[in-house]
Amino acid sequence: MTPLLEVTGLHRRFVLPKPGLAQWRAPAPVLHAVDDVSLSVAAGETVGLVGESGCGKSTLARVLARLLDPTEGSIRLNGEEIGSIPAARFGRDATRRAAIQMVFQDAEGSINPRHTAAEAIARPLRQLKGLSGEALRARVTEAATLCGLPTALLSRFPHQLSGGQKARVGIARAIATEPALLVLDEPTSALDVSVQVVILDLLKSLQARMGAAYLFVSHDLNVVRLLCDRVLVMYLGKVMEEGPAEAVFAAPAHPYTRALVGAVSTPGMKRPKRVHLTGEPRSPIDPDPKACRFHGRCPIGTELCARRAPPVHSLPGGRRVACHFPTLPETPANASLEGAPAA
Amino acid sequence: MSAAATLDAAKIGPHARVPVLDVRDLSVEFRTRSGLVRALEQVSLAVHRGECVGVVGESGSGKSVTAYAVMRLLDAAGRVTAGDVRFSGIDLLAASDADIADLRGREMSMIFQNPRAALNPIRPVGRQIADVLIRHGGVTRDQAPDRAVQLLAEVGIPDPRRRAHAYPFELSGGMCQRIGIALALACRPALLIADEPTTGLDVTTQAVIMDLVTTLARERGMATVLITHDLGLATEYCDRIVVMHAGHVVESAPTAEIFATPRHPYTAKLIAATPRPGVPLSGLVSIPGNLPDLRATNLAPCRFLARCDRAHADCAVPPLLRQEEEGRMVACRHPL
Ligand SMILES: Nc1ncnc2c1ncn2[C@@H]1O[C@H](COP(=O)(O)OP(=O)(O)OP(=O)(O)O)[C@@H](O)[C@H]1O
Ligand SMILES: Nc1ncnc2c1ncn2[C@@H]1O[C@H](COP(=O)(O)OP(=O)(O)OP(=O)(O)O)[C@@H](O)[C@H]1O
Ligand SMILES: [Mg+2]
Ligand SMILES: [Mg+2]
Repeated sequence: MTPLLEVTGLHRRFVLPKPGLAQWRAPAPVLHAVDDVSLSVAAGETVGLVGESGCGKSTLARVLARLLDPTEGSIRLNGEEIGSIPAARFGRDATRRAAIQMVFQDAEGSINPRHTAAEAIARPLRQLKGLSGEALRARVTEAATLCGLPTALLSRFPHQLSGGQKARVGIARAIATEPALLVLDEPTSALDVSVQVVILDLLKSLQARMGAAYLFVSHDLNVVRLLCDRVLVMYLGKVMEEGPAEAVFAAPAHPYTRALVGAVSTPGMKRPKRVHLTGEPRSPIDPDPKACRFHGRCPIGTELCARRAPPVHSLPGGRRVACHFPTLPETPANASLEGAPAA
Repeated sequence: MSAAATLDAAKIGPHARVPVLDVRDLSVEFRTRSGLVRALEQVSLAVHRGECVGVVGESGSGKSVTAYAVMRLLDAAGRVTAGDVRFSGIDLLAASDADIADLRGREMSMIFQNPRAALNPIRPVGRQIADVLIRHGGVTRDQAPDRAVQLLAEVGIPDPRRRAHAYPFELSGGMCQRIGIALALACRPALLIADEPTTGLDVTTQAVIMDLVTTLARERGMATVLITHDLGLATEYCDRIVVMHAGHVVESAPTAEIFATPRHPYTAKLIAATPRPGVPLSGLVSIPGNLPDLRATNLAPCRFLARCDRAHADCAVPPLLRQEEEGRMVACRHPL
């Protein structure tokens, strides 16, 4: 079976202006936001994307939602290559556009300040689904209600709404068109936990009903654990680890994942000691292709990590980890693992 | 007396008993085309030197509006109809615009919920920080760029010297958020109001930011209001927690107590809806119903009434009863 979305060797680089006249001969610095990412999402599946702030999650999300062009690599939707279609052209193609929708991290910035909440939700329905009149109005109200947005707020403009109310407008707008692939960039971080439960339940039930696939970007690992079948952990543009969410969180193989999982706080419980990442983070600008991106902050890194990029090991249970010294889950299958040095 | 003079007086005693921020019975209304929105009603909270007070609660409950009212940044349709707001004893609602502008830059600062909106889109971020340092921080024009780079490093931006040249659109959501934090902390304020400062941040970066805030609280006595939906974060960093629902403060208590023995039914439900390890989605219960329509003129004294499973007939009888005991307050006639 072909997966709904199949991404291979995806890169997105940004060329930055040269710093000053003194260096006019030097090549322009290049920021590697997404660096050789491959992933696949099946219909009805939820894939979580987590990682440090600035590691390239939103850039990857926008490239996959075809709002931004990749620098290199392939994106296939239902087997059709869509990575080579320029983002602007993709946006004008109603059928394709309706198939992939996105919930933006910055809800406020993604809603036209001159549109009421109702108009913001109605627009894609009118343009992509051709709805109008009573049918349109009914669909807008339905989507808002599903997202826990009181209908009394539909006539309001964005500046008259709270942060979480705007976030719900963004979610209602994206689910209203019933896309096959929904890319959600931090959709619940502005919501109180009660509304968050409403949204998570809604996503689950839409998926059960229509088999939608989700790429779910979030920094809240407790939420990722609840919703996601698989998870990808990114660090400075690269995927460090991937696998079933439960397994990855229960026994992280990558030292970065371990730091991330160790820093989660639980309500009502004081944590005895926080895991701190010390050391200088590396720059995403002109990174050394031969060094591990995490080297310098990695608690177990050696000089090998500074001169050789880590290999990708496949672990039992469909897991993969990019590290010279992964921590292997304790199963007998480890014995058969080749080429993976013990930590 | 000028604001600055009062402030110095308030600062003389290191153990001054005046709270840094004292909000009493604050009410705010907004005019809209479809009627008056009663966004805040009799909101009270106090923050002392070095203390961190968490404000949690429902989306749309008035957390940001409270922050805006304190900073005198309410939008033109909004109006404070009652109440008193004092910063180190200074009456903020009566202070002149010039005094407020001065205080806002130097003594009290705010981290906005929407980080991009608080930044100038057409000025490199390093310059924006330098501008603030020159204007309010007594830093010279020569020193400002280096100091700005240092602040970028403090908020965990990698390669700060080069990233100082970036425009906001070239940075990630969480990076913009951290620029906002660097701006707010640049002048080492006495009061920080942080509206969802870490929503877009992964947990390790969150720790960097909160440690910075904690250090400033400890070393300089900075008072912090931390508005957040993240109850885990609140547990870890707040001394006290204030819970808001539909424009009311429904409960306030020391952090450990509020989680151990929540007294307002809303607080208990909020805690029960929080994702935590070992609990599946089906084990989390959302609170039935919605925020009441705040335009209604016949709002019940308890605005949680329609959603509450402990509602009694007397809950509909005004006034809203606020019970206080041993540093705790609960606005409920039949608390848990
Ligand atoms: N300009 C305005 N006109 C009308 N109503 C407004 C205006 N600004 C805010 N409100 C309303 O006031 C209430 C409180 O809003 P506020 O932004 O303080 O909520 P909040 O607690 O910060 O929520 P969130 O957690 O979602 O950010 C909301 O119901 C909102 O719709
Ligand atoms: N238009 C652009 N020009 C230059 N650099 C950019 C641009 N957009 C993004 N970047 C850079 O790409 C990197 C990844 O940014 P991205 O927004 O994808 O991060 P993120 O993982 O979503 O972070 P966050 O969790 O903070 O939202 C960052 O270093 C950012 O500065
Ligand atoms: Mg992002
Ligand atoms: Mg708010």
